[in-house]
Amino acid sequence: MDIKAYIILSLVLFTIGIIGVLVRRNAIIIFMCVELMLNAVNLLLVAFSKMHALSSAVKASPGYASDAQIFVFFIMVVAAAEVSVGLAIIVMMYRNVHTVDVNFLNRLKN
Amino acid sequence: MNNIIKLVWLIPVLPLIGFLINGLGRKALSKTLSGYIGSAVVLGSFVLSFLVFLQVKNGASATVHFFNFIDLSTFKIAFDFKIDQLSTLFLLIITGVGFLIHVYSTAYMHDEEGMNFAKYFAYLNLFVFSMLLLVMGGNFVIMFIGWEGVGLCSYLLIGYWYRNTNYTDAANKAFIMNRIGDLGFLLALFWLISKLGTVQYDDIFTTASLAKLSAKDITGITLLLFVGATGKSAQIPLFTWLPDAMAGPTPVSALIHAATMVTAGIYMIARSNALFSLAHQTQTIISIVGLATALLAASIAIKQNDIKKVLAYSTVSQLGFMFVALGTGNYVAAVFHVLTHAFFKALMFLGSGSVIHAMGGEQDIRKMGGLHKHMKITSITFLIGCLAISGIPGFSGFFSKDEILAGAYGHSTLLYSITLFAALLTAFYMFRLYIITFTGKFRGTHDQEHHLHESPKAMTIPLIILGILSVIGGYVGVPEVLGGHHELAAYLSPVVKSAEHHLSHNTEFMLMGLSTILVVISISFAWARFRNYSIEGEAKGLGSLLENKWYVDEIYQKIILNPLKSISAFFNNIIESKLIDGAVNGVGKMINYGSRQLRWLQSGQVGGYVLLMVIGMLILFFIQLFL
Repeated sequence: MDIKAYIILSLVLFTIGIIGVLVRRNAIIIFMCVELMLNAVNLLLVAFSKMHALSSAVKASPGYASDAQIFVFFIMVVAAAEVSVGLAIIVMMYRNVHTVDVNFLNRLKN
Repeated sequence: MNNIIKLVWLIPVLPLIGFLINGLGRKALSKTLSGYIGSAVVLGSFVLSFLVFLQVKNGASATVHFFNFIDLSTFKIAFDFKIDQLSTLFLLIITGVGFLIHVYSTAYMHDEEGMNFAKYFAYLNLFVFSMLLLVMGGNFVIMFIGWEGVGLCSYLLIGYWYRNTNYTDAANKAFIMNRIGDLGFLLALFWLISKLGTVQYDDIFTTASLAKLSAKDITGITLLLFVGATGKSAQIPLFTWLPDAMAGPTPVSALIHAATMVTAGIYMIARSNALFSLAHQTQTIISIVGLATALLAASIAIKQNDIKKVLAYSTVSQLGFMFVALGTGNYVAAVFHVLTHAFFKALMFLGSGSVIHAMGGEQDIRKMGGLHKHMKITSITFLIGCLAISGIPGFSGFFSKDEILAGAYGHSTLLYSITLFAALLTAFYMFRLYIITFTGKFRGTHDQEHHLHESPKAMTIPLIILGILSVIGGYVGVPEVLGGHHELAAYLSPVVKSAEHHLSHNTEFMLMGLSTILVVISISFAWARFRNYSIEGEAKGLGSLLENKWYVDEIYQKIILNPLKSISAFFNNIIESKLIDGAVNGVGKMINYGSRQLRWLQSGQVGGYVLLMVIGMLILFFIQLFL
């Protein structure tokens, strides 16, 4: 499949993520949008990795062909850890203020 | 020869030593001691100068090299002394008259406190040192050092009684006006250096190096040098400082503002005569300026009532005569008049000091009168001075003035007649001064009359010596027509080449006779007019114009000082406060305002930050991809 389709897909996903972060105020949705952006990048990494693996330059030294895909696993692991911490924060937030609206917390200012 | 030339450095160094001793030890020295030291060092210089003179008068001259003052490998300024006939003559005048005035000062300044007394002698010694440096310097830079030195000492001594604001103002005026002239001198030096690459007299005044200068260069350099001379020698337009300089002690007026410093300009032009003889336009300007000054100052002197002011204007006028001589290329006559003028003007200043001393500080001649019977020596010597300056045959002034007049006649009849008229004015105002002061009835208070006395010996002896010199001083330059040989011209001939003017003997006799008759008429007129002098009311018309010194000071105030002040006010109020302050404060205000506006970006809303970040990234992408 043409690499363009992957790029456009991940661009769409990333944009949806950004708009979600900017527009929504619900902490959980923002969190999900951040995940969406992470995964858009992951998708791009995998796509480029595959593309490079097919190119002639990498064929000469095949040892590097799947580096990016291994990277993606790292990102997923870190993202999982981050999600657990982030969700924990949101739970604590809900327990304290009974809302998950992020604008409500700007009272930390001053 | 060589032995004396080796010791020549001592001539200026002795007064310098005197200055250091008197200046540093002013608290420890007794008045008698500092007076002795101050006078002795100048006497030492005089003796040395005289020994040098004995060598030099046979035609020898030397340039003594000491060290390189400035050494830039391509351009050197040597610290040299030029010992020749011209400088030696000035050495004799400075140290000789200077010594007499030092002696006179020991008595005149006796009422000063010990510390100020020593300070006075320190300044006077420093002045003699600078003046000697000025005339002995072997190049223009050394001359300039002395030139500035005498200006400084003049300032210090005019403002000697510094508690009086008027006196310090007069000192400032003298200093500032001199600086205007000094600027001209400096520019002339730079011009010379840029064209010839040297300031050494020996190198400049050679035919080869003068040929390197274009006509424009020569006119420019000589004009700038002349500007320097107008400052120091009090010529139009820079003469107003000299009458005000009379604020200083009277011996100072005699030494600095009559006999020596003010003749520095004449020395400088006489020294550069090779250059000036090539610049005919400059010569014309010099004679016009000299003539105008002689006439203007003489006319002012007629109506002055301060004894020292009359003498001051007379000095300005006599300096004008010397410049007329310089302008007509008659350098020997100018130097001759410097010599005789040093004698009789110093004599008259010291005489006026003696009068002021007797009158208890009174300087207004309207309150004097009849002083002859109280102070005979002062009166007689003063009369000799008056006769000499008026140009009565037999007295020194006659010979030098006649030579100037003859030179002017050789140039043009108009020049001659105006110069002669100024000379008649001289005779008139000098005898007005003498008659009002020394004859008639005493017009002061009873206390003053009771107090009148002849001055002590330390004051009268210099008067007598100067009186004798005022009579015989002219016999060094008896012209051929009177059967003399003009020894002075012969003596100066290796250095100073005067323009030749050939007048027949009959013409010369006629000129002498004419000026003598007119001077005698002028004196008798003064005698008739002022014999029964009583205090006059307010002068009107021309009289008040003269009394107010042609309003020259007021004119300078109007056309130079006031515009300068308004320009300064403009710069202070508009440029400084609006433009410069505005720019500086504006930068501050702009930053303040800008930061107040930017503050709203720091809203604390995370969403806002993210939005800005995204926008920033988008802009970066846009720049990267499309530009």
